[in-house]
Amino acid sequence: MEIVLVLLIGILYASGIFMLLRRSMVKLLIGLTLLGNGANLLIFLLGRITKGKPPVIDTAAKLFTDVYADPVPQALILTAIVISFGLQAFAIVLLKRVYVLVNSDDLDDLNTPEEEDI
Amino acid sequence: MNSSILKTASNYLLPILLLFSVFLLLRGHYHPGGGFVGGLIASIAFVLHGFTHGTDATLRLLRIHPGVLIPVGLGLAALSMFAPVLTGQPVMTGLWIEEPLPVIGLIGSALFFDLGVYLVVIGVVLTILFTISQYSE
Amino acid sequence: MTDNTLIFPVLTHLFTAIVSLFFWQKTVSQRIISIVGSAVAMGLSIELFVKVWTGGILTLQAAGWDAPFGISFVADVFSCSMVLLTSFSGFAVSLYSATGIARARMLYGYFPIFHFLLMGLNGAFLTGDIFNLYVWFEVIIIASFVLMTLGGRKAQIEGSVKYMAMNILASAFFLTGIGILYGITGTLNMADLSLKISALENRKLVDITAIFFVIGFGIKSAVFPLYFWLPSSYHTPPSAVAAVFGGLLTKVGIYALFRVFTLIFIPDNFLSTLLVALAIFTILTGTFGAVIKNNIRRVFSYLIVCHIGFMVGGLGMYSEIALTGALFYLFHDILVKTNSFLIAGLIRKLRGTMNMEKLGGLYAEYPLLSLLIAIVFFSLVGIPPLSGFWPKIYLFEAGFMDRHYVLIGAIIVGSFATLYVIANLWAQVFWKNPPETPGDSPLTDDFKPMTRFRKALLVAPIAFLAAITLYVGLGAENITLVVQHIAREMKDPSPYIEAVLSKNIPQ
Repeated sequence: MEIVLVLLIGILYASGIFMLLRRSMVKLLIGLTLLGNGANLLIFLLGRITKGKPPVIDTAAKLFTDVYADPVPQALILTAIVISFGLQAFAIVLLKRVYVLVNSDDLDDLNTPEEEDI
Repeated sequence: MNSSILKTASNYLLPILLLFSVFLLLRGHYHPGGGFVGGLIASIAFVLHGFTHGTDATLRLLRIHPGVLIPVGLGLAALSMFAPVLTGQPVMTGLWIEEPLPVIGLIGSALFFDLGVYLVVIGVVLTILFTISQYSE
Repeated sequence: MTDNTLIFPVLTHLFTAIVSLFFWQKTVSQRIISIVGSAVAMGLSIELFVKVWTGGILTLQAAGWDAPFGISFVADVFSCSMVLLTSFSGFAVSLYSATGIARARMLYGYFPIFHFLLMGLNGAFLTGDIFNLYVWFEVIIIASFVLMTLGGRKAQIEGSVKYMAMNILASAFFLTGIGILYGITGTLNMADLSLKISALENRKLVDITAIFFVIGFGIKSAVFPLYFWLPSSYHTPPSAVAAVFGGLLTKVGIYALFRVFTLIFIPDNFLSTLLVALAIFTILTGTFGAVIKNNIRRVFSYLIVCHIGFMVGGLGMYSEIALTGALFYLFHDILVKTNSFLIAGLIRKLRGTMNMEKLGGLYAEYPLLSLLIAIVFFSLVGIPPLSGFWPKIYLFEAGFMDRHYVLIGAIIVGSFATLYVIANLWAQVFWKNPPETPGDSPLTDDFKPMTRFRKALLVAPIAFLAAITLYVGLGAENITLVVQHIAREMKDPSPYIEAVLSKNIPQ
């Protein structure tokens, strides 16, 4: 299981960086999304994968006697997902606005000088 | 969308989903669920309605602009976060009433925090989605 | 000791933002709320600083969960002096915004977002948990995205795309670093991390993790080679916004670098060399950029990059004297850079442009105002009794002690370039006669027809910050005391760790 995740994380990071290096704004957005997902999976993997042992304690018991999955990485990932949701929503609206203004998807076209510089 | 099946279904789904979201909100203290999930379910209910009847119809149904929910929810969450300071405890400590109420059970400041999150999530998600959909029309 | 008061600056800005959200589109009330909120936050920050300075490190375990399991908030002298400086800058900008921001922008919620930004800054300075630091960073960047795009001119939106892309990228690297850090240590509390990381045997793994933090914070604080977003975006938003960005946003990246690289990763030979090399290139690129630009705000943007290098270099040398110099520079830079952008905005109000070639003759027309501005510019350059001078002495001393001659050379080049740039700016904007043919657009003076009250609102924040800068320069011995205390705490973080991890029962 770990090796699959490792490969997946590698692919996500690699394709994310690759997409970031393109000149298209949409690809930039996809790249950022992939990179964020890669980071989330990385946290999930590095928090040690434990199968089928939820960190929930019995009502009768006072202590964990068993191996249990670490709940912290999940809390971190959940937070990171919510944050990246907000960022991506903003990024989409911003890029759409830029597309309307510039009428181009090419990042190299984003060089309108300030009226003061002319 | 003009599917009459979806249209009819969404009319019935709206109250059911809203009820379900309140259920998730209330059970969040000791079980899976909570303000965030509940808020998302509630906003899905309105988004579904918006899909079938159009964004304007949903806004009329809501009566208030969803953006109004954001400060209300934020204020509620911030106040419940601040409340323990008045009793001299660290920020965000849960304050609980002594006796459980019928039906709802124990009420604590965590419930109000969750309620705040619930309102903020509905407000934010609906504002974002309605803005995008009105923008692209 | 556990104390709720340390979170009050954060809460003040949160409540100010929420209250002004309730006054949506009522711009007059929002202005008053914002100024009152910033003033209250400033009072609380001063109180917090006095408390920490006299009584030692304060900690707060959120919801009473003991460290390292809960989220800790820590106010040591470093944190609370950053909070104090933030509150000064925040108050000045809030005052300036009352007239400096167009009403159309206020209608779109300028003030609530501005206070969310300040809340994020204060939170980032006060937290003692690395993931919580990430969350505060996100609060800051989301708020800054909105402030940056607010108004929606074409150049502004285009600058925002670069700003947004680089900042999200930086966050992804930061998050990756946190993930690896959690994987190898199993904790997120910075004090606990400090103990666990120093006990790790695989130093190469630690170095690689550190690289992620260098990249993440490096992008945020505009360190070479990832600084490009700053000069291409900071000249676009309104001046009040640019002032917060220039004064505080890059500095929060520097704060995080200092915090992480003195508490968690202690710079070894490799990291030290890396940071010094980055600093040298940062100073040089910032210098070259500043020298060739014609727009006042673009010049200041490149000067930010140049001066970031001074601080990173101080961190890279990692001796107590070097840290003293770098921290002193950080304090001076926050005040002066905020003020510089406010001044740029004021010049725009006076003349309607920020192009140095079209400006001129301001000294003849506004002699007193020009003198006020001169104080700020002389501080920025570092003319001896003023604030920019003292930190450089420490940096030079540290550089000669540890034989970092190239870095010293770069700092000298950077200082002289700053002098040249500011002298050029002064000559062009204030002393030169206004050009005969001002081009196709006649220059407009928005300042003269204003009422006396509005004029005061524009000039008062600049005077306020200039007064504090003067104090930093003339009362340097007091600042040095604070800074040396922080540098000592950085070299030996055991009081910090002890304060966080000792189990205090809340009163």
